[in-house]
Order: sequence, then structure tokens, then C-alpha cells
Amino acid sequence: MKISVYRYNPDTDTKPRMQDFEVKTFQGMMLRDALLEVKKQDESFSFRHSCGEGVCGSDGVNVNGRNVLACITPISELKEPIQVRPFPGRPVIRDLVVDMTQFYEQYRAVKPYLVRKDPLPEQEILQSPQERDKLDGLYECILCGCCSTACPSFWWNPEKFHGPAALLQSWRFLADSRDQATEERLDALDGPYKLFRCHSIMNCVEVCPKGLNPTRAIGKIKDLMLDKGV
Amino acid sequence: MGIPTRHFDALIIGAGGAGLNAALQLAGADLRVAVVSKVFPTRSHTVAAQGGVNAALANVLPDSWHWHMFDTVKGSDYLGDQDAIEFMCREAIPTVYELEHAGVPFSRLDDGKIYQRAFGGQSQNFGGDQAARTCAAADRTGHAILHTLYQQNIRARTHFFDEFFAIDLVRDAEGVICGALVLEIETGEPLLIESKATLLATGGWGQVFRTTSNAHINTGDGAAMALRAGIPLMDMEFFQFHPTGIAGKGMLITEGTRGEGGYLINKDGERFMERYAPRAKDLASRDVVSRAIVTEVKEGRGCGENGDYVMLKLDHLGEAVISKRLPGIRESSQIFAGVDPVIEPIPVFPTAHYAMGGIPTDRFGRVAMPAGHGSEEVVVGLYAAGECACASVHGANRLGGNSLLDILVFGRLAGKDIIEYVRENPYQRTVDSASLEQAMGRLRRWEHKGEGPTVQQLRADFRKCMEDHAGVFRTEEIMAEGYNKLCELRDRLPEVRLTDQSKVFNTARIEALELENMMDVGMSIAVSALHRQESRGAHSRPDYPARDDQTWLKHSLYYREGDRMDYKPVRTKPLTVESFPPKERVY
Repeated sequence: MKISVYRYNPDTDTKPRMQDFEVKTFQGMMLRDALLEVKKQDESFSFRHSCGEGVCGSDGVNVNGRNVLACITPISELKEPIQVRPFPGRPVIRDLVVDMTQFYEQYRAVKPYLVRKDPLPEQEILQSPQERDKLDGLYECILCGCCSTACPSFWWNPEKFHGPAALLQSWRFLADSRDQATEERLDALDGPYKLFRCHSIMNCVEVCPKGLNPTRAIGKIKDLMLDKGV
Repeated sequence: MGIPTRHFDALIIGAGGAGLNAALQLAGADLRVAVVSKVFPTRSHTVAAQGGVNAALANVLPDSWHWHMFDTVKGSDYLGDQDAIEFMCREAIPTVYELEHAGVPFSRLDDGKIYQRAFGGQSQNFGGDQAARTCAAADRTGHAILHTLYQQNIRARTHFFDEFFAIDLVRDAEGVICGALVLEIETGEPLLIESKATLLATGGWGQVFRTTSNAHINTGDGAAMALRAGIPLMDMEFFQFHPTGIAGKGMLITEGTRGEGGYLINKDGERFMERYAPRAKDLASRDVVSRAIVTEVKEGRGCGENGDYVMLKLDHLGEAVISKRLPGIRESSQIFAGVDPVIEPIPVFPTAHYAMGGIPTDRFGRVAMPAGHGSEEVVVGLYAAGECACASVHGANRLGGNSLLDILVFGRLAGKDIIEYVRENPYQRTVDSASLEQAMGRLRRWEHKGEGPTVQQLRADFRKCMEDHAGVFRTEEIMAEGYNKLCELRDRLPEVRLTDQSKVFNTARIEALELENMMDVGMSIAVSALHRQESRGAHSRPDYPARDDQTWLKHSLYYREGDRMDYKPVRTKPLTVESFPPKERVY
């Protein structure tokens, strides 16, 4: 099978290029296996990867125009010619490795941690199974960045718009019955950019490798804002 | 030398559960703390832990830390240090509550308390009925905990050095460790981080085996740094093979599947664990279940065309339980094994999973080594916690749910001890130029040009050798042959060359440095295993099938120089309760 990968090494290249490799396939082969095979043929090829089972979120890439996690994307599901590029809209460091600094900054900007103002109990803070269910579909995010780097609003304003991944986490804490910073969280999201640059294009939902729905979470934040505003 | 330098009160190498929980204590005490990680923190392998963390909360069934302690001592095949185990089991309870307060989205019971499930090797009342001690966030507990700890570190303003690779520890003129030389992966430039205290929290080394549940990053970097600093590694022969990796691939299927009621069958559909562990059956200790699976396959009762795996049956649990309690397992089985466990069983076989041994520490996370005449001394300013360390709470076999516990309890405690240490030792020591030069030598070695074997070739040979010669069953013959092969591989290592010597994000260079680390650690496993002439916990020798407490109730210590072995006694005296004397271990 032929696989075409994006190459750029700032040490030696003045501009990027695509390079073809011939890779032997096997039953159950994932895209990450193919990229490892490319690296076996040419050790100068760089990409991030680690767990190999879709939980660490390291190996997000763009294949045939779609953002995916390489380790859980079967080769058999990809149409040839397979073209593997770095995430769109991010500065390329080398080959498939992109600079995710702004993505992480936006994540940190939503204060993604539980805020508790009451004194803490000796045992656990109680939470009913129904309250806990509200966190399903939110806490599972692995910060791979597939969603935000597929989002046109994030492409245009990565320094001002939080992007789908960060907003999903914003809602994860707003939705947590134990969190006591709802007002501050909503106030901080005010303004035309941080939240409201989302135009429900839904690329994020389309690409999320964990099947999460940031657009719905963003909608819920907007609803809550309306509720609180009235 | 002109290497850029940064200064911190504490340097933590590794951003998994141990490193991040330590960092949280330090940042909370207003110390300047740097966390160096070769990957973005939430990519650390704690993220992959599935089943949960043990604590005797008694939310589901009656429980006590003392029963937890008994199970852990028994699970360790009596090689665990009972003072450290008592401490860990007591601390488990406040540690889990603290995590919950920090935001971990634990699954819940109807009364609003944390959900707890049954796991292997757990009992009520010192060996009685099955207990339910494992606190879980569905089957993504490690993910939930790691992300929460990272989030709280954001709040605490911990200083992160993301995608920096630790090269080696550095010392002052007196030999005291005072920081580390690290490499910024993005630029390929070295950076010296000077610190008053240093914590190694670099995790495990499952990558030394070809088939493993461990991530690409689990290469034993911290353990190898310790070895190069002259510190021995303890109990390295004890490596856990998790019974249920996806056959042929190694991805983990949590023990929680069996805790929820799943069980193993052979090609005849027989629930074979009933023969090996009549009482605990599929929830016997991991070493017991792994040996049973390998025995079934060896004796011709394996499933599939080649008869080389067994089946894990879950369909009788029903879709509701599987989607609610084991959603990640369902997903992984569909992706990697092509089966939906709601309908059909999952093909499984043991996979290299967890290092019981590691850098020897006391129960405060302080690295401790023999000082001659049977006494022990703390290595000043150096700490270790998590899978890379050996406190020792797991002894010869770790219980499921005790590894998240270990990293959290001892990470937290190391953090607290470092606060005291820095208060008493407030001045930064001066890095000795010879020590820095030696660390730089590690980098320069890979600038050698010319022909030679590649990192990939040597790594593949090495991992195959470890798998063939240091696996579930080990005889003198198999291991001696393995040791000789490893010596040959080690001799070839200096000939290996990098063809790519560029600077920016050169992952080939990182993999070369990791290979050196893996080979040092792999050798410590092989040598320690060859010497221990008994079967205990995960170390199973058909040529010495019995446990021999007379000769071998002692910890192994491997030194890199001359592949030398030494031993030290097991600490059988707990902190406050009666000791659990060695007994025959049946489940």
C-alpha cells in the first residue's frame, strides 16, 4: 500500500513536501502502525504517539482531509491514496508535529478545575448517580485537539476563541453538581469571542474520536447564560 | 560550558499521577516546583489505568484498611514491606477523599457515595468473602485522576517543562544530587535544571517486552538514571504479566471486567479458573491467573486456529452493565479485536504490564541504599515515587487497584517530605562541572557518524529477547541463554548510529536515548531473575517450583557496575499492628 506523508524539517528544508512510502499492510492494521512502518524506513520522520489505544491523545493527524487519532483509525477504512498531514491551522514544528501551545492556553483559560467554596467534608462530597450522569460525554475528553483544529472559528481566532475542546471542559465544570463557581465561569465567558465565536459548524462533533459533542455543550452554556441573565 | 540554567526548589521528573500529586503538595506550599515531562502531562501513562484505586471506604461491603493490608501482604507473596503496606492502606482512605474533593468524577452509588467494585485478591475479614474495594470512574479511572491532577496543578501554577527529556542526574563536588540535565525536544537544546531536591516519577518500563499493555513512552528512564548514578534497583525480577491483554496485541482489558462478573473460558468452554483457584476463581491474584492461562494454552486447550489464547466472556452481564461500567472496554474490544463483548467473548492472553520492583525508597519516598555493614542510608536530596520506585508495597506481585493507590499515596508523601527537606536545606548546591560533562557525554555519543546497526534493529532484537527469556515461566536454561544474548546486544549498543542528527523534534534521538535506558533496565530484570532460585509471586520457576522463605525471603538489589547482586531483609514489622507471618498462598 502507498502512503503519502507530509515532510518538513526546519533544519534542512525551505518548504514542505509530500513523500510517498510503500508499506506492507496486515489484518487489523491501524494508521499509527503505518506511520511506525514509515519511521522504520526513514528514522528522520517525526510524529507524536504513545499509548496506541486512543486514551493519551498524542497522535492526532489529518488523513485525507479529516482529523483522526492515528492509533484507532483502521487502514482498511481509508481510501487510497492515503495522504497524512499535520493538523490544519497550527504552526508545523516538524513533519506531523504541530505547535499546540494556543490550544493548551485556551484550555487553561477556562479554569478547568473544580472550585469548591464550602468547607470540605471529612468523606466524599455526595453526588447522586443522576448528577454524575451529567458528566458523561464531557470528562472523557483526551485533549487530542482533533476538534479545535478542525474548527474554522478556531482557525481564524485561536488567540481569542476558546475553541470546542476548552468549551467542552468549561461545561464539564458548569455541569458538575459539586462546582461552586458558576457565576464566575459564566462572567468570564462573556464577550463576542471566547464562547460566541462558535457558529455551530459542528466540525468538532464530526471528528471527535471519542464520540463527544462539544457543540451541544456550547449550546448548554449559552442556555445557562440566558437563564442566569433573565 | 554555557548551558542555559534554571533554578527551582524542587525538580520532578515525570508528570503521571505520582509526579503531579507531589507537585500539587509543593506548589501548595509555595515552593518553586518544576515538572519535566517528555510528553504533555495528560499523555502520561497513568491516563490508561482503567479499573480503579483501592481504598477501604466500605461504601458497598464492609471493609477496613487492616483487611486491605492483609490482602496486599498476601498478594505480595510476603515480600512486601509491612510498614510501608500498613501506611499505604491507612492513607488510601484520606487520599481517595482528597482526590474526590479535587474533582475526580468517580462513578456513584444510589446514596451519592463513590462506587466501588470487586477486584482480584480482595477479601473481607483476612481471607474471607470477596470485598469491593476498588473506587472507579467507569473504566477510565486513571484518565479521570490524571486529568484532575493536571487541572489542579494549573490552578496551583506549577511550572511545567512539557516535552523535555531528562538525560541524567547531576551532582555537586561532594556527590550530592542537585538537579538534572534535560533536553528540550522541540529545539534539541540542552537545559540544566538545578534544584534543592529531585523526585524521579518516570513510571514503568513495559516497553522492554515486545507484547505489553504499556505505552511507547514507558522506557524506564528514571530507573536507568538511578542505575547510572550508582543506585541499585530492587526486586527487578518481579514483573507482572496482566492476565487479560487483547490476544496478539497486548492492549489491556481491565480486571474490572472480571470484578463485574466476567470470566475466562478455554476452547472447551470450560471455566478453567475453578481448577486453579477454587475459591476466588477468576478473581485470584494476577500472577495466578496469568499462569493458568499460559498453562491452558501449553496443554492444548487454547482457542483459535493456533490455540494460542483463551476467551473472556462478558455477554451474560448484559448490555446495560457493560455500557455503564465498562464502556471503554467495549470500545477497545471493537476497535482492536473486532468483537463486541455484549455479543461474543474477547480473545485474551497475558501481556507485560507492571514493574513491582524499582528504585528502592523508604516510605517517605526518599531513595535509600545499603551503606555497608547491613545499614541503609538515604541518598541526600533524591526521591522516587510511583511505578519507578519500590517502597516496597507490592513485593512479588501487585494487586489490581493498588498501583493508582501507590502513585497517589507516595507521590503525595514524597511532596510533603520534600517540603521539609527544602526547609532544612534552603541553599542550592553547585553543580560539579565533571558531573555535567558526563551527562552531556550521553548526548554527544549520538553525534557519532558512520555505519552501524540502527536503533530500531537493536530495539526489536532486545524486546524479543526479553519476551522469550524473561516471561511468565522461567527456567535456569531459558534465562541463562537470555542473559548471554542480552550481553551480546549490550556489546552491540556502542556501534549503533543515528542517521538523523538534526535538532528540531528529533524523535529518533529520543528513541536512541530510551533504548539505552531500556537495555540497562532489561539487564537488571534478567540478572535478578537468574539469581532468584525459587518461585514467588510473578517470578515463576518450573525448576524451583516452591517458595523458599528460608533462603529467599529477601529483597534483591541489582547494581549496574559488573551486573552485581546484593540482598536486603524484608521489613516484616508493621507500624502499629501485628505482623502477618508468611503462609501458604491459596486463592
